[in-house]
Amino acid sequence: MKALTKSIWVFHFAAASCNNCDIEILDALTPRFDLERFGILLVGSIRHADVILATGAISHKAAVRLKRLYEQAPKPCLVVAVGACACSMTMFRDSYNMAGPFDGLVPVHAYIPGCPPKPEAMIMGVVKLIKALKKG
Amino acid sequence: MAKTIFYFIVFPGFLFTALVGMLVSWIDRKVTARVQWRVGPPLLQPLYDFVKLLGKETIVPQAGAKLTFLLSPLFGLAAVTIVSTLLWLVMISPGQTFLGDLIVVIYLLAIPSIGVIIGGFASGNPLASLGASREMKMILAYELPFILAIFTPVIKAQGIIRLGDLLQYQWANSIFLNSWSGLIAFVVAIICMQAKLALVPFDIPEAETEIIAGPYIEYSGAPLALYKLTRWMMLFVVPMFLVIMFMGGIVFSGWHILWGILKYVLLLVIIILMRNTNPRLRIDQAIKFFWGPMTILAVIGVILAFLGL
Repeated sequence: MKALTKSIWVFHFAAASCNNCDIEILDALTPRFDLERFGILLVGSIRHADVILATGAISHKAAVRLKRLYEQAPKPCLVVAVGACACSMTMFRDSYNMAGPFDGLVPVHAYIPGCPPKPEAMIMGVVKLIKALKKG
Repeated sequence: MAKTIFYFIVFPGFLFTALVGMLVSWIDRKVTARVQWRVGPPLLQPLYDFVKLLGKETIVPQAGAKLTFLLSPLFGLAAVTIVSTLLWLVMISPGQTFLGDLIVVIYLLAIPSIGVIIGGFASGNPLASLGASREMKMILAYELPFILAIFTPVIKAQGIIRLGDLLQYQWANSIFLNSWSGLIAFVVAIICMQAKLALVPFDIPEAETEIIAGPYIEYSGAPLALYKLTRWMMLFVVPMFLVIMFMGGIVFSGWHILWGILKYVLLLVIIILMRNTNPRLRIDQAIKFFWGPMTILAVIGVILAFLGL
Protein backbone atom coordinates (compact mmCIF):
# COMPACT_ATOMS: atom_id res chain seq x y z
CA MET A 1 0.00 0.00 0.00
CA LYS A 2 2.93 2.33 0.65
CA ALA A 3 4.31 1.81 -2.84
CA LEU A 4 0.84 2.46 -4.21
CA THR A 5 1.06 6.10 -3.15
CA LYS A 6 4.23 6.55 -5.22
CA SER A 7 3.06 4.81 -8.37
CA ILE A 8 -0.58 5.37 -9.26
CA TRP A 9 -1.80 3.93 -12.53
CA VAL A 10 -5.09 5.49 -13.50
CA PHE A 11 -7.92 3.92 -15.45
CA HIS A 12 -10.42 6.32 -16.96
CA PHE A 13 -14.09 5.27 -16.77
CA ALA A 14 -16.22 7.76 -18.71
CA ALA A 15 -19.95 7.63 -18.13
CA ALA A 16 -20.33 11.36 -18.54
CA SER A 17 -23.16 12.65 -20.64
CA CYS A 18 -21.39 15.85 -21.69
CA ASN A 19 -17.78 14.55 -21.78
CA ASN A 20 -16.44 17.74 -20.27
CA CYS A 21 -14.91 16.05 -17.23
CA ASP A 22 -13.24 13.52 -19.53
CA ILE A 23 -11.65 16.30 -21.54
CA GLU A 24 -10.40 17.91 -18.35
CA ILE A 25 -8.94 14.58 -17.19
CA LEU A 26 -7.08 14.25 -20.48
CA ASP A 27 -5.94 17.83 -19.97
CA ALA A 28 -4.52 16.95 -16.58
CA LEU A 29 -2.44 14.17 -18.18
CA THR A 30 -0.75 16.46 -20.73
CA PRO A 31 2.90 17.57 -20.37
CA ARG A 32 1.73 20.95 -19.03
CA PHE A 33 0.70 19.42 -15.70
CA ASP A 34 3.19 16.52 -15.87
CA LEU A 35 1.55 13.98 -13.57
CA GLU A 36 4.34 11.49 -14.28
CA ARG A 37 6.53 13.24 -11.69
CA PHE A 38 4.19 11.77 -9.05
CA GLY A 39 4.27 8.40 -10.78
CA ILE A 40 0.78 8.79 -12.20
CA LEU A 41 0.28 7.06 -15.55
CA LEU A 42 -2.80 6.48 -17.68
CA VAL A 43 -3.30 2.78 -18.47
CA GLY A 44 -5.71 1.27 -20.94
CA SER A 45 -6.40 -2.06 -19.26
CA ILE A 46 -8.41 -2.33 -16.05
CA ARG A 47 -6.11 -5.16 -14.92
CA HIS A 48 -3.24 -2.68 -14.56
CA ALA A 49 -5.26 -0.02 -12.74
CA ASP A 50 -4.78 1.24 -9.19
CA VAL A 51 -7.30 4.07 -9.39
CA ILE A 52 -10.54 4.25 -11.37
CA LEU A 53 -11.32 7.83 -12.33
CA ALA A 54 -15.09 7.78 -12.80
CA THR A 55 -17.02 10.65 -14.34
CA GLY A 56 -20.66 11.37 -15.06
CA ALA A 57 -24.12 10.58 -13.84
CA ILE A 58 -24.58 6.86 -14.07
CA SER A 59 -27.49 5.29 -15.92
CA HIS A 60 -28.90 1.80 -15.37
CA LYS A 61 -26.99 0.46 -18.39
CA ALA A 62 -23.66 1.97 -17.33
CA ALA A 63 -24.13 0.82 -13.72
CA VAL A 64 -23.73 -2.84 -14.75
CA ARG A 65 -20.49 -2.03 -16.56
CA LEU A 66 -19.15 -0.02 -13.65
CA LYS A 67 -19.77 -2.84 -11.19
CA ARG A 68 -18.15 -5.37 -13.55
CA LEU A 69 -15.13 -3.11 -14.05
CA TYR A 70 -14.69 -2.69 -10.32
CA GLU A 71 -14.80 -6.45 -9.85
CA GLN A 72 -12.26 -6.95 -12.65
CA ALA A 73 -9.75 -4.53 -11.12
CA PRO A 74 -6.98 -6.13 -9.02
CA LYS A 75 -7.28 -5.06 -5.38
CA PRO A 76 -6.26 -2.75 -3.70
CA CYS A 77 -8.06 -0.48 -6.12
CA LEU A 78 -9.41 2.99 -5.35
CA VAL A 79 -12.28 4.87 -6.97
CA VAL A 80 -12.24 8.63 -7.45
CA ALA A 81 -15.46 10.40 -8.47
CA VAL A 82 -14.63 13.34 -10.74
CA GLY A 83 -17.12 16.12 -11.38
CA ALA A 84 -20.40 17.30 -9.93
CA CYS A 85 -22.48 14.58 -11.62
CA ALA A 86 -20.30 11.80 -10.22
CA CYS A 87 -20.37 13.28 -6.72
CA SER A 88 -24.02 14.21 -6.32
CA MET A 89 -25.79 13.78 -9.71
CA THR A 90 -26.91 17.46 -9.55
CA MET A 91 -29.73 17.99 -12.04
CA PHE A 92 -30.03 14.32 -13.02
CA ARG A 93 -30.95 13.38 -9.45
CA ASP A 94 -34.65 12.70 -10.08
CA SER A 95 -34.33 11.30 -13.60
CA TYR A 96 -36.10 7.95 -14.21
CA ASN A 97 -33.13 6.23 -15.92
CA MET A 98 -30.42 7.00 -13.37
CA ALA A 99 -29.02 4.25 -11.16
CA GLY A 100 -27.91 6.58 -8.40
CA PRO A 101 -24.63 8.28 -7.49
CA PHE A 102 -21.36 6.36 -7.68
CA ASP A 103 -21.02 5.73 -3.96
CA GLY A 104 -24.25 3.79 -4.00
CA LEU A 105 -22.73 1.29 -6.46
CA VAL A 106 -19.03 0.97 -5.62
CA PRO A 107 -16.94 2.26 -2.68
CA VAL A 108 -15.69 5.76 -3.53
CA HIS A 109 -12.50 6.99 -1.84
CA ALA A 110 -12.35 10.61 -3.00
CA TYR A 111 -14.71 13.19 -4.44
CA ILE A 112 -13.56 15.98 -6.74
CA PRO A 113 -16.45 18.44 -7.28
CA GLY A 114 -16.69 20.96 -10.09
CA CYS A 115 -18.47 21.23 -13.42
CA PRO A 116 -15.96 20.38 -14.78
CA PRO A 117 -13.16 20.40 -12.15
CA LYS A 118 -9.95 22.11 -13.24
CA PRO A 119 -6.85 19.92 -13.70
CA GLU A 120 -5.37 21.69 -10.66
CA ALA A 121 -8.40 20.60 -8.64
CA MET A 122 -7.90 17.00 -9.76
CA ILE A 123 -4.22 17.06 -8.80
CA MET A 124 -5.19 18.47 -5.39
CA GLY A 125 -7.78 15.74 -4.96
CA VAL A 126 -5.21 13.06 -5.78
CA VAL A 127 -2.69 14.64 -3.36
CA LYS A 128 -5.30 14.61 -0.59
CA LEU A 129 -6.08 10.98 -1.37
CA ILE A 130 -2.37 10.10 -1.15
CA LYS A 131 -2.06 11.92 2.19
CA ALA A 132 -5.07 10.06 3.55
CA LEU A 133 -3.55 6.75 2.37
CA LYS A 134 -0.24 7.52 4.04
CA LYS A 135 -1.98 8.16 7.35
CA GLY A 136 -3.40 4.68 7.02
CA MET B 1 29.01 -24.66 -8.05
CA ALA B 2 28.46 -21.88 -5.51
CA LYS B 3 30.39 -19.59 -7.86
CA THR B 4 28.09 -20.41 -10.76
CA ILE B 5 25.01 -19.69 -8.67
CA PHE B 6 26.56 -16.40 -7.58
CA TYR B 7 27.18 -15.51 -11.23
CA PHE B 8 23.58 -16.22 -12.17
CA ILE B 9 21.82 -14.67 -9.17
CA VAL B 10 23.99 -11.75 -8.09
CA PHE B 11 26.72 -10.17 -10.14
CA PRO B 12 26.43 -10.36 -13.87
CA GLY B 13 23.13 -12.18 -13.61
CA PHE B 14 19.75 -11.39 -12.19
CA LEU B 15 20.23 -8.75 -9.45
CA PHE B 16 22.80 -6.66 -11.29
CA THR B 17 20.88 -6.70 -14.58
CA ALA B 18 17.59 -5.92 -12.85
CA LEU B 19 19.03 -2.93 -10.98
CA VAL B 20 20.81 -1.51 -14.03
CA GLY B 21 17.71 -2.21 -16.14
CA MET B 22 15.59 -0.18 -13.70
CA LEU B 23 18.11 2.65 -13.80
CA VAL B 24 18.17 2.57 -17.60
CA SER B 25 14.38 2.60 -17.87
CA TRP B 26 14.34 5.59 -15.51
CA ILE B 27 16.83 7.37 -17.81
CA ASP B 28 14.56 6.53 -20.72
CA ARG B 29 11.49 8.02 -19.02
CA LYS B 30 13.38 11.03 -17.72
CA VAL B 31 14.89 11.92 -21.10
CA THR B 32 11.49 11.43 -22.74
CA ALA B 33 10.04 13.84 -20.18
CA ARG B 34 12.77 16.41 -20.81
CA VAL B 35 12.15 16.15 -24.57
CA GLN B 36 8.52 17.08 -23.87
CA TRP B 37 9.55 19.92 -21.49
CA ARG B 38 8.38 18.02 -18.41
CA VAL B 39 10.15 17.26 -15.14
CA GLY B 40 9.72 13.51 -15.29
CA PRO B 41 9.53 10.74 -12.68
CA PRO B 42 11.88 10.45 -9.65
CA LEU B 43 14.91 8.15 -9.69
CA LEU B 44 13.26 5.30 -7.78
CA GLN B 45 10.10 5.30 -9.91
CA PRO B 46 10.73 1.89 -11.60
CA LEU B 47 11.36 0.37 -8.17
CA TYR B 48 8.09 1.83 -6.83
CA ASP B 49 6.21 0.47 -9.85
CA PHE B 50 7.76 -2.96 -9.39
CA VAL B 51 7.08 -3.18 -5.64
CA LYS B 52 3.54 -1.91 -6.09
CA LEU B 53 2.81 -4.50 -8.77
CA LEU B 54 4.18 -7.26 -6.52
CA GLY B 55 1.71 -6.20 -3.83
CA LYS B 56 -1.33 -6.25 -6.09
CA GLU B 57 -3.80 -9.06 -6.57
CA THR B 58 -3.02 -11.55 -9.37
CA ILE B 59 -6.07 -12.34 -11.46
CA VAL B 60 -6.19 -15.34 -13.80
CA PRO B 61 -8.93 -15.00 -16.42
CA GLN B 62 -11.51 -17.75 -16.52
CA ALA B 63 -11.06 -18.34 -20.26
CA GLY B 64 -7.27 -18.56 -19.98
CA ALA B 65 -4.93 -21.49 -19.50
CA LYS B 66 -3.83 -21.04 -15.90
CA LEU B 67 -0.41 -22.73 -15.83
CA THR B 68 0.80 -21.32 -19.16
CA PHE B 69 -0.54 -17.89 -18.26
CA LEU B 70 1.42 -17.76 -15.01
CA LEU B 71 4.61 -19.44 -16.29
CA SER B 72 5.19 -17.48 -19.49
CA PRO B 73 6.61 -14.34 -17.76
CA LEU B 74 9.32 -16.56 -16.26
CA PHE B 75 10.60 -17.79 -19.67
CA GLY B 76 11.63 -14.33 -20.78
CA LEU B 77 13.11 -13.40 -17.41
CA ALA B 78 15.24 -16.55 -17.28
CA ALA B 79 16.44 -16.07 -20.87
CA VAL B 80 17.49 -12.45 -20.32
CA THR B 81 19.29 -13.37 -17.11
CA ILE B 82 21.30 -16.08 -18.88
CA VAL B 83 22.18 -13.75 -21.78
CA SER B 84 23.38 -11.07 -19.39
CA THR B 85 25.48 -13.56 -17.44
CA LEU B 86 27.08 -14.90 -20.63
CA LEU B 87 27.86 -11.45 -22.02
CA TRP B 88 29.41 -10.05 -18.83
CA LEU B 89 31.46 -13.16 -18.06
CA VAL B 90 32.86 -13.04 -21.59
CA MET B 91 33.75 -9.37 -21.22
CA ILE B 92 35.38 -9.82 -17.81
CA SER B 93 37.48 -12.79 -18.92
CA PRO B 94 37.36 -13.52 -22.68
CA GLY B 95 38.80 -16.97 -22.05
CA GLN B 96 35.53 -18.09 -20.44
CA THR B 97 33.82 -18.71 -23.75
CA PHE B 98 32.56 -21.84 -25.45
CA LEU B 99 32.07 -22.84 -29.07
CA GLY B 100 28.89 -21.27 -30.45
CA ASP B 101 27.89 -19.06 -27.51
CA LEU B 102 27.07 -16.36 -30.07
CA ILE B 103 24.36 -18.64 -31.48
CA VAL B 104 23.10 -19.42 -27.98
CA VAL B 105 22.78 -15.70 -27.26
CA ILE B 106 20.85 -15.08 -30.50
CA TYR B 107 18.44 -17.90 -29.63
CA LEU B 108 17.99 -16.74 -26.05
CA LEU B 109 17.29 -13.17 -27.15
CA ALA B 110 14.28 -14.45 -29.13
CA ILE B 111 12.77 -16.16 -26.08
CA PRO B 112 11.33 -13.07 -24.29
CA SER B 113 9.22 -12.31 -27.38
CA ILE B 114 8.12 -15.93 -27.54
CA GLY B 115 7.16 -15.76 -23.86
CA VAL B 116 5.02 -12.72 -24.61
CA ILE B 117 3.34 -14.59 -27.46
CA ILE B 118 2.59 -17.64 -25.30
CA GLY B 119 1.25 -15.44 -22.51
CA GLY B 120 -0.91 -13.45 -24.91
CA PHE B 121 -2.48 -16.56 -26.41
CA ALA B 122 -2.96 -18.12 -22.97
CA SER B 123 -4.96 -15.20 -21.59
CA GLY B 124 -8.10 -15.94 -23.59
CA ASN B 125 -8.70 -12.33 -24.56
CA PRO B 126 -9.29 -11.33 -28.21
CA LEU B 127 -7.13 -8.22 -27.95
CA ALA B 128 -4.32 -10.21 -26.32
CA SER B 129 -4.48 -12.77 -29.15
CA LEU B 130 -4.32 -9.95 -31.67
CA GLY B 131 -1.29 -8.49 -29.92
CA ALA B 132 0.39 -11.89 -29.74
CA SER B 133 -0.15 -12.55 -33.44
CA ARG B 134 1.32 -9.13 -34.23
CA GLU B 135 4.33 -9.95 -32.05
CA MET B 136 4.75 -13.18 -34.00
CA LYS B 137 4.73 -11.29 -37.30
CA MET B 138 7.28 -8.87 -35.89
CA ILE B 139 9.62 -11.74 -34.96
CA LEU B 140 9.32 -13.15 -38.47
CA ALA B 141 10.04 -9.70 -39.86
CA TYR B 142 13.07 -8.57 -37.84
CA GLU B 143 14.91 -11.83 -37.15
CA LEU B 144 16.17 -12.24 -40.75
CA PRO B 145 17.97 -8.85 -41.07
CA PHE B 146 19.08 -9.06 -37.41
CA ILE B 147 20.83 -12.40 -37.89
CA LEU B 148 22.36 -11.28 -41.19
CA ALA B 149 23.67 -8.15 -39.46
CA ILE B 150 25.09 -10.16 -36.55
CA PHE B 151 26.86 -12.56 -38.93
CA THR B 152 28.66 -9.79 -40.77
CA PRO B 153 31.29 -9.47 -37.98
CA VAL B 154 31.57 -13.27 -37.91
CA ILE B 155 32.44 -13.30 -41.61
CA LYS B 156 34.91 -10.47 -41.13
CA ALA B 157 36.62 -12.43 -38.35
CA GLN B 158 36.99 -15.52 -40.61
CA GLY B 159 34.18 -17.49 -39.02
CA ILE B 160 34.77 -17.12 -35.28
CA ILE B 161 31.57 -17.91 -33.39
CA ARG B 162 32.92 -17.55 -29.85
CA LEU B 163 32.07 -14.21 -28.24
CA GLY B 164 35.36 -14.10 -26.34
CA ASP B 165 37.42 -14.70 -29.48
CA LEU B 166 35.40 -12.07 -31.36
CA LEU B 167 36.25 -9.58 -28.58
CA GLN B 168 39.93 -10.48 -28.66
CA TYR B 169 39.94 -10.22 -32.47
CA GLN B 170 38.55 -6.68 -32.16
CA TRP B 171 41.09 -5.74 -29.48
CA ALA B 172 43.93 -7.12 -31.60
CA ASN B 173 42.85 -5.56 -34.92
CA SER B 174 40.22 -2.81 -34.99
CA ILE B 175 36.54 -2.78 -34.04
CA PHE B 176 34.08 -4.02 -36.67
CA LEU B 177 32.33 -0.66 -36.77
CA ASN B 178 35.49 0.70 -38.35
CA SER B 179 34.70 -0.70 -41.82
CA TRP B 180 32.00 -0.22 -44.46
CA SER B 181 30.38 -3.63 -43.98
CA GLY B 182 30.47 -3.23 -40.21
CA LEU B 183 28.87 0.21 -40.41
CA ILE B 184 26.02 -1.03 -42.61
CA ALA B 185 25.42 -4.05 -40.39
CA PHE B 186 25.47 -1.82 -37.31
CA VAL B 187 22.74 0.47 -38.68
CA VAL B 188 20.58 -2.55 -39.55
CA ALA B 189 21.21 -4.06 -36.11
CA ILE B 190 20.20 -0.81 -34.34
CA ILE B 191 16.87 -0.69 -36.16
CA CYS B 192 16.24 -4.40 -35.51
CA MET B 193 17.11 -3.81 -31.85
CA GLN B 194 14.39 -1.16 -31.66
CA ALA B 195 11.92 -3.78 -32.93
CA LYS B 196 13.27 -6.39 -30.50
CA LEU B 197 12.73 -4.01 -27.60
CA ALA B 198 9.22 -3.18 -28.97
CA LEU B 199 9.83 0.57 -28.72
CA VAL B 200 7.99 3.24 -30.54
CA PRO B 201 8.26 2.96 -34.27
CA PHE B 202 7.76 -0.78 -33.81
CA ASP B 203 5.59 -1.01 -30.67
CA ILE B 204 2.88 -2.53 -32.83
CA PRO B 205 2.21 -5.59 -30.61
CA GLU B 206 1.18 -3.49 -27.61
CA ALA B 207 -0.14 -0.42 -29.44
CA GLU B 208 -1.78 1.39 -26.54
CA THR B 209 -4.17 3.42 -28.62
CA GLU B 210 -5.53 0.52 -30.69
CA ILE B 211 -5.35 -2.73 -28.75
CA ILE B 212 -4.83 -1.28 -25.24
CA ALA B 213 -1.83 -3.28 -24.00
CA GLY B 214 -1.79 -6.19 -26.44
CA PRO B 215 -0.51 -9.43 -24.88
CA TYR B 216 -0.21 -7.81 -21.43
CA ILE B 217 -3.88 -6.83 -21.23
CA GLU B 218 -5.02 -9.57 -18.83
CA TYR B 219 -1.90 -9.55 -16.65
CA SER B 220 -2.01 -8.00 -13.19
CA GLY B 221 0.12 -8.09 -10.06
CA ALA B 222 3.32 -10.14 -9.91
CA PRO B 223 3.29 -11.61 -13.48
CA LEU B 224 2.92 -8.10 -14.90
CA ALA B 225 5.81 -6.98 -12.68
CA LEU B 226 7.96 -9.78 -14.15
CA TYR B 227 7.06 -8.72 -17.70
CA LYS B 228 7.99 -5.12 -16.91
CA LEU B 229 11.27 -6.25 -15.35
CA THR B 230 12.05 -8.36 -18.42
CA ARG B 231 11.54 -5.37 -20.68
CA TRP B 232 13.78 -3.15 -18.53
CA MET B 233 16.48 -5.82 -18.53
CA MET B 234 16.19 -6.20 -22.31
CA LEU B 235 16.77 -2.45 -22.62
CA PHE B 236 20.12 -3.06 -20.92
CA VAL B 237 21.13 -6.40 -22.41
CA VAL B 238 20.38 -6.02 -26.13
CA PRO B 239 22.41 -2.79 -26.62
CA MET B 240 25.20 -4.43 -24.59
CA PHE B 241 25.19 -7.34 -27.08
CA LEU B 242 25.61 -4.88 -29.96
CA VAL B 243 28.43 -3.13 -28.09
CA ILE B 244 30.23 -6.47 -27.86
CA MET B 245 29.56 -7.42 -31.47
CA PHE B 246 30.44 -4.14 -33.18
CA MET B 247 32.22 -1.78 -30.77
CA GLY B 248 34.64 -4.04 -28.94
CA GLY B 249 32.78 -4.40 -25.66
CA ILE B 250 34.00 -3.04 -22.34
CA VAL B 251 37.67 -3.49 -21.43
CA PHE B 252 38.02 -3.91 -17.67
CA SER B 253 41.12 -1.85 -16.96
CA GLY B 254 41.22 1.71 -15.67
CA TRP B 255 39.78 4.38 -17.94
CA HIS B 256 38.64 1.85 -20.53
CA ILE B 257 35.65 0.96 -18.33
CA LEU B 258 34.31 4.51 -18.64
CA TRP B 259 34.89 4.43 -22.40
CA GLY B 260 32.94 1.15 -22.62
CA ILE B 261 30.03 2.60 -20.64
CA LEU B 262 30.04 5.60 -23.00
CA LYS B 263 29.56 3.21 -25.93
CA TYR B 264 26.47 1.80 -24.26
CA VAL B 265 25.13 5.28 -23.43
CA LEU B 266 25.54 6.28 -27.07
CA LEU B 267 23.32 3.36 -28.14
CA LEU B 268 20.80 4.22 -25.41
CA VAL B 269 20.60 7.83 -26.62
CA ILE B 270 19.98 6.62 -30.17
CA ILE B 271 17.18 4.35 -28.91
CA ILE B 272 15.53 7.11 -26.86
CA LEU B 273 15.72 9.66 -29.66
CA MET B 274 14.26 7.19 -32.17
CA ARG B 275 11.49 6.43 -29.69
CA ASN B 276 10.61 10.09 -29.22
CA THR B 277 10.70 11.29 -32.80
CA ASN B 278 8.75 8.60 -34.62
CA PRO B 279 5.10 7.63 -35.01
CA ARG B 280 3.99 4.01 -34.85
CA LEU B 281 4.04 1.99 -38.09
CA ARG B 282 1.30 -0.39 -39.18
CA ILE B 283 2.17 -4.08 -39.04
CA ASP B 284 2.22 -4.48 -42.85
CA GLN B 285 4.46 -1.43 -43.20
CA ALA B 286 6.85 -2.85 -40.60
CA ILE B 287 7.09 -6.23 -42.35
CA LYS B 288 7.65 -4.55 -45.72
CA PHE B 289 10.31 -2.35 -44.15
CA PHE B 290 12.21 -5.27 -42.61
CA TRP B 291 11.93 -7.71 -45.49
CA GLY B 292 12.58 -5.02 -48.09
CA PRO B 293 15.14 -2.26 -47.42
CA MET B 294 16.57 -3.71 -44.19
CA THR B 295 17.24 -7.19 -45.59
CA ILE B 296 18.74 -5.75 -48.77
CA LEU B 297 20.99 -3.49 -46.71
CA ALA B 298 22.03 -6.42 -44.51
CA VAL B 299 22.81 -8.56 -47.59
CA ILE B 300 24.94 -5.72 -49.00
CA GLY B 301 26.79 -5.68 -45.69
CA VAL B 302 27.40 -9.44 -45.86
CA ILE B 303 28.68 -9.20 -49.48
CA LEU B 304 31.00 -6.33 -48.55
CA ALA B 305 32.29 -8.41 -45.63
CA PHE B 306 33.04 -11.31 -47.99
CA LEU B 307 34.94 -8.88 -50.23
CA GLY B 308 36.94 -7.84 -47.18
CA LEU B 309 35.78 -4.22 -46.97
